[in-house]
Amino acid sequence: MHMSDALVSPGVGGAMWAASAGLAAWSARRLREEMTDARVQLMGVLGAFVFAAQMVNFAIPGTGSSGHLAGGLLLAILLGPHAAFLAMFSILTVQALFFADGGLLALGCNAFNLGFWPCFVVYPLVFRRMVGDKPGRGRLTFAAVLAGAIGLQLGAFGVVLQTLFSGISELPFGTFALLMQPIHLAIGIVEGLVTAALLAFVWKARPELVLPSATGPVARPTSMRPVLVAFAALALVTGGLFSWFASTRPDGLEWSSAGTCGREEPAVLQDRWHRLCAGIQEWTAFLPGYDFKSSTTDGEPVAAAAAGTPEAAREPEESGAPHPAVSSGTSLSGVVGGAIVLALIAMVGLGLRLRGRAEQAGG
Amino acid sequence: MSHHIVEARNLEFAYPDGTAALRGASFRIEHGESVGLVGANGAGKSTLLLHLNGCLLPAGGEVRIGDVPVTRATLAQVRRSVGFVFQDPNDQLFMPTVGEDVAFGPANMQLPGEEVERRVRESLTAVGAEHLRARPPYRLSGGEKRAAAIAGVLAMSPDVLVMDEPSSGLDPRSRRRLIGLLAGFRHTKIVAAHDLDMIRELCPRTIVLHEGRVAADGPTAGMLGDRELLERCGL
Amino acid sequence: MPRIDAALREIGALDALAAQDTPVHRLDPRVKLLATAGFVLAVASSPLREFAELAPLALFPVAMLAAGRVPFRLVGRSLLLASPFAVMVGVFNPLFDREVVAHWGPLAVTGGWLSFLSILARFALTAGAALTLLATTGYVGVGSGLGRLGAPRALVTQFLLLYRYIFVLADEGARAVRAHALRSASGRPATVRVWGSLAGHLLLRAHDRGLRVHAAMLSRGFDGSMPALRPLRWGRADSVFLAACLAFFALARFGHLAENLGRLAVGGAP
Repeated sequence: MHMSDALVSPGVGGAMWAASAGLAAWSARRLREEMTDARVQLMGVLGAFVFAAQMVNFAIPGTGSSGHLAGGLLLAILLGPHAAFLAMFSILTVQALFFADGGLLALGCNAFNLGFWPCFVVYPLVFRRMVGDKPGRGRLTFAAVLAGAIGLQLGAFGVVLQTLFSGISELPFGTFALLMQPIHLAIGIVEGLVTAALLAFVWKARPELVLPSATGPVARPTSMRPVLVAFAALALVTGGLFSWFASTRPDGLEWSSAGTCGREEPAVLQDRWHRLCAGIQEWTAFLPGYDFKSSTTDGEPVAAAAAGTPEAAREPEESGAPHPAVSSGTSLSGVVGGAIVLALIAMVGLGLRLRGRAEQAGG
Repeated sequence: MSHHIVEARNLEFAYPDGTAALRGASFRIEHGESVGLVGANGAGKSTLLLHLNGCLLPAGGEVRIGDVPVTRATLAQVRRSVGFVFQDPNDQLFMPTVGEDVAFGPANMQLPGEEVERRVRESLTAVGAEHLRARPPYRLSGGEKRAAAIAGVLAMSPDVLVMDEPSSGLDPRSRRRLIGLLAGFRHTKIVAAHDLDMIRELCPRTIVLHEGRVAADGPTAGMLGDRELLERCGL
Repeated sequence: MPRIDAALREIGALDALAAQDTPVHRLDPRVKLLATAGFVLAVASSPLREFAELAPLALFPVAMLAAGRVPFRLVGRSLLLASPFAVMVGVFNPLFDREVVAHWGPLAVTGGWLSFLSILARFALTAGAALTLLATTGYVGVGSGLGRLGAPRALVTQFLLLYRYIFVLADEGARAVRAHALRSASGRPATVRVWGSLAGHLLLRAHDRGLRVHAAMLSRGFDGSMPALRPLRWGRADSVFLAACLAFFALARFGHLAENLGRLAVGGAP
């Protein structure tokens, strides 16, 4: 359930990045005095463990399919919330870089969905509370399953909200939530069961790893709730604002540049550009005689439509109803232009490649 | 040169789960000696070694390196003079490439760049691993990993080399090369191993550890011939 | 199980590519990080229905891959493997947005199809850019670049350690899985309970290893910060590259390049 760059708007992605980067910086600060403890090394190695364990599939009971471990809850139990959050951040970065899972812009979202909830919310508020100090195996299992399920529900809901606010997917909120939540309830329960199986094993062999307070010194009381609430609120508010802004305007960035320049695009520049085009077109058009009139008027940039230029106001005859400001993606010229650009890029790529090879062979 | 003496007096140590690993171990190793440390699994070899550079601090007794007692305050000094080669080179090669790994110690000593570079080059040459410099550790064979790990320790120019099972996991040829390499070092050496043949070749003196105490300490030749002693100590 | 081996091979292949020496590889990692960030923002912020305008942006990953001697096939395969989520969510757009917004010749095109195509293009571009960054900079380069750009020390240190030990632990994991497969008749994945003890063993070993790595690092003078071993140099070429990239992204994002070029070709009146 990695959030993907393709579905996230810069506003939502940026807000979630800010929240996650803030959490990471804060976690790292909390860990600073422990840098010479084994904590950082354990973060690295246990993070690698989660990675390795994710690749070991297990059979999901009653179904033919197999699942794997997400790891946030487990890391929080073994390392404490701050170190676990940083470890999850790294794991998600590796997945984004090596396997194109998620993406760089969506990394903030993913760290929040898969790191923040299990480490900072579910672990202290659900797992620790339920487990108490002297858990039996049943209790451990129950707590892990409950925590796993709640954590993934929150994470999945995060995906739904982020997708909704991004406004890139057309899925209505209700439908998407109805798709995501039940699936992730199942996945969350499995995650909990798996974590529980792992904990049960470790609990038998080395109880102090599961509950540091059971044998060692009592863990420091954490006063992080105010910070958390602040972060969550910040993320929601900025995310909400950004996306509202991005979705009510045809295009947030253009709108903002229009706000500062007073106009969508410098009209003079555009006029000159168009005149130049008209001149060149006479002899560049390689599809002459084909009547693109309607589609090209159709294809005026948003800017022209918004500026109310007469060209844009002219509607094509065949579609009677006025439709929203349409731009390059919808017009034939845009599509043709895109195809040409791609072909050019392919040639550039090929050229660079050949040059590189020649250099390699020469030197 | 009293500086390189390694001395343990009545070392005691127990792990948090209550297992007593050392129960009053004592010995004294002079400058330039090569000493083998043998004992059955669980005899306390690794625990003892970890005390020699302060990775573990004793619950009772003390360790002295030269004139310096190993305490929290002297750790930096002690670790500079005691080089530790761990049993699994994977634990020791934590940096992205061999070159960077060898440079880790000198760089932590705040040496200037040229000096770090010189030490990296020299230690890699000393173990015959110059060609591995740019390689990531996961692309090395067992013998190469071992050589790289030793280079990382040599780069700190320690006075004392402490090695935990240096020949484990090596094929016969790599093992021979390693023994030849170690025999060439003039450092004070403490080698813990199950590989008694290697001890016989490298170390004139051997300490036998049994249940956290020194069961025997003397010339290797006599000791490794003493069947009764070896049997009693699980060797 | 082939999964571990395949993933390790993938990582190893990308890493080997990152070890090449080309003009792209020689750029400062920080420059590539910032350029990639600018690229991702440009892609993500471009209007949903103007998917043709995404085409010029493809120049960035394509040129980087070509000049960096990274096989396109490798990146393409990774993209295919990672695509399901974006495709799954995106495929609903044509169902929900059926308004006809354009006619391509005889073809009536709905907004939903356009945004679906746009989602696919966005996915390919952004995920491709991430892979490009990695294949031309290397994991360690990305890590040290992040560190120099101000990422917290604890994060960077563990980022590097994580990568180092993925290989060691995945290897242990693969061995455990093989041992399990040899003794299970069915050849099916382990049940949850068996998985628990299999992974539990791995976990305990990993934990002990973490402690040993810690001891090994302390033994060699670790004081909480990784020494900066790869000096990064931000030269004039780096500044020029970054400025050129950002200027190009702005042009591609706001310049309606595809539209204008297309108009040249099909000869419509401006």
